Amino acid sequence: MVNTPRYVAALDQGTTSTRCMVFDRHGRMVSIAQREHRRYFPRPGWVEHDAAEIWSIVRKILPQALSEAGLDADQIIALGVTNQRETTVVWDPRTGQPVAKAIVWQDTRTGPVLSRVGLEFDADEIRTRTGLPLHHYFSAPKLRWLLDSGPELQDRAVRGELLFGTMDSWITWNLTGGAGFDGHRGIHVTDVTNASRTMLMNLQTLDWDDDLLAVFGVPRSMLPQIHPSTDSFGLTRDPLPGIPIGALIGDQQASLMGQTAFDAGQAKCTFGTGSFLLLNTGQEIVRSRHGLITTVAHKIAGGPAVYALEGSIAVAGGLVQWCRDSLGLIRSPAEIETLAAGVPDNGGCYVVPAFSGLFAPYWNSAAQGIMVGLTSYVTKEHIARAVLEATAWQTRDVVDAMNADAGVPTLSLAVDGGMTADNLLMQMVADVLDIPVVRPMMAETVALGAGYAAGLAVGYWSDPQVLRRHWQRAGEWRPRIDPARRERELAQWRAAVSLALSWGERSGVDLS
Amino acid sequence: MPGNVQSVERAAAILRLLAEENEPLTLSQVATALGLAKGTAHGIVRTLQEVGFIEQDQVNGPYRVATEVFRLGWTRLDQNELRSKTMNWTDALAARTGESARVAAFHAGRAQVAHHVFRGDGGTQVLVTGSIVPLHASALGKVLLAFDPGAGRSVVKTQLTPFTHRTIIERVSLHRELATVRDSGWAGAVGEVEPGVAGIAAPIRDAGGYVVAAVGIEGSIDRLCDDRMRPRAGLVTHVVRVGRAISRELGHGREW
Repeated sequence: MVNTPRYVAALDQGTTSTRCMVFDRHGRMVSIAQREHRRYFPRPGWVEHDAAEIWSIVRKILPQALSEAGLDADQIIALGVTNQRETTVVWDPRTGQPVAKAIVWQDTRTGPVLSRVGLEFDADEIRTRTGLPLHHYFSAPKLRWLLDSGPELQDRAVRGELLFGTMDSWITWNLTGGAGFDGHRGIHVTDVTNASRTMLMNLQTLDWDDDLLAVFGVPRSMLPQIHPSTDSFGLTRDPLPGIPIGALIGDQQASLMGQTAFDAGQAKCTFGTGSFLLLNTGQEIVRSRHGLITTVAHKIAGGPAVYALEGSIAVAGGLVQWCRDSLGLIRSPAEIETLAAGVPDNGGCYVVPAFSGLFAPYWNSAAQGIMVGLTSYVTKEHIARAVLEATAWQTRDVVDAMNADAGVPTLSLAVDGGMTADNLLMQMVADVLDIPVVRPMMAETVALGAGYAAGLAVGYWSDPQVLRRHWQRAGEWRPRIDPARRERELAQWRAAVSLALSWGERSGVDLS
Repeated sequence: MPGNVQSVERAAAILRLLAEENEPLTLSQVATALGLAKGTAHGIVRTLQEVGFIEQDQVNGPYRVATEVFRLGWTRLDQNELRSKTMNWTDALAARTGESARVAAFHAGRAQVAHHVFRGDGGTQVLVTGSIVPLHASALGKVLLAFDPGAGRSVVKTQLTPFTHRTIIERVSLHRELATVRDSGWAGAVGEVEPGVAGIAAPIRDAGGYVVAAVGIEGSIDRLCDDRMRPRAGLVTHVVRVGRAISRELGHGREW
């Protein structure tokens, strides 16, 4: 038994799929199992998941990832749970069933909640305490909406009969026994990174803020206990017993760890459903003057909290998914590159995918998506190109904000995520940023970072610095575009964004 | 030699018949035209419909050839799709071997690099995605030649270019080499494209078992080969395993 190799596992619960990956001591992937879940769009601007379906997928892929690598559960020294952030689940701990569909981070339905809260509480004060602008992206307005959506939900919450959680809490509660499994009941926990996205946690105290709980009408009893990101979260009971859970951490913070960006000044950009630029600011809580949010990067048990500035982009790969699922333009997301490569430019077409309003650096809840510059000349190839360019230009917007906050321009951008498989997109990002773009040897840094965090929790790795040796450059794209063309297209992009903003502001619009 | 399979012959006849007629044909018309019992014709027609080769507008309506049949051969795996499916495993391969990893597929008459992962030593490297690999001289190319009939056909009448004195340019030797590749399930190329550079590659199969691409590593002969200039067994194992893992990702031998 002594010589049996041990591994770390990570559960990565994302916006479109959930995956389980197993890594060895060198941070190399040994196994992967993944599955997509259904996404529900019941009305314009609404996005929902079935939390029960997501848990049933977790139950399948965890054993599958182990069996594909021929591993027993006792060879997994620790499990890390990482997740799409902000997505809000409320469930009844006696039945183990969610009381409603989970409201996803992209959902825009909570406008009325935000208006009311804005009247009762100073938005600047909310920003000071939580690091977040008053925007529908975060959990608190979603939780308020959900508790108002059914009879007696608020009363049941006040009586302590309902639990709230982001996906980390929901999955960990189920993994550790849920409503009752083999004599165990689930533990109700979250970590500082996920809690920092709720708009209910104070960044200084790292505890729930009573004033914000009052203004959103959320009883403390339904909230999970906030832990460091690496900690002892108990053992799994279901679907496999006895695996120590060593880490809970939000997906973007996990990828910052996966890139081994442990020091202040280090940054990364992950391209997934959305796109997220995070800059580690060390133990200092830095306030952005250019539209970035302040968030917790991680907290290792016994250590100080480390903070980050974040530029969040709601729709990146999500726009490509939409081209597949809603337009039928392509059969698989990767085909967007094939289509886009058929033309040398966008033919004058620009897409601003403000499906969830616009996030950083605009933080506009009302903006709506637009496609402009259409003429008979424009083909689906041009549109495919505009779709990819939308992600590149949005990245430019948040990198500009980060450079303005930092006072010094970044010299290169570390990227990761599934969309880095798109070489054309990566070239576009290098072109519009005018700096080299570098991909590390494990593109799935979210799962890797959760694995790292779990391994650090149990001493599989002695300290974060050891992990740096695993970071290797796997690909690099350098700017090739004519600078005059870049400036011309940047101006067009900015004009398109202002149109998306003004389209959302026209009077008399009611999304619901 | 075993005899022809009668039902396959009959299926081919039905396809030919439907393709030649301007109007869709009913089941009885098909049976009459080919002199088949209606029950026999029905079984074959239903099977052809299930595999997507023929179709009908309405239940019990007449049959015609499905457009799918005319697209056979152009539904090859998209190169960018291939890259996105292989990325995790090629990263793991490069990390495990310390060498640069590549995926190549035979596409539009050429073996093209669909994905490239840098060697982890930090030296200056440039992505070679989209470049062409020589079929008869590289490890990736040999795998495609051995398993992909299209690739095999493409070199029948061409001169085999000698890149180095080790490049195989004799057809007989190449055929022998490809037979070994098929038997062993991997290919090696030692100093055959460029002096001092070796490669090891293995096939990637789709859900049906068809070889759609090759995955491999490339690096200096000193690192990739033993002192008798043979690819190191440990590295071969890594490459073959990753080929299998990617094939599983594409549905080979997996239920879902």
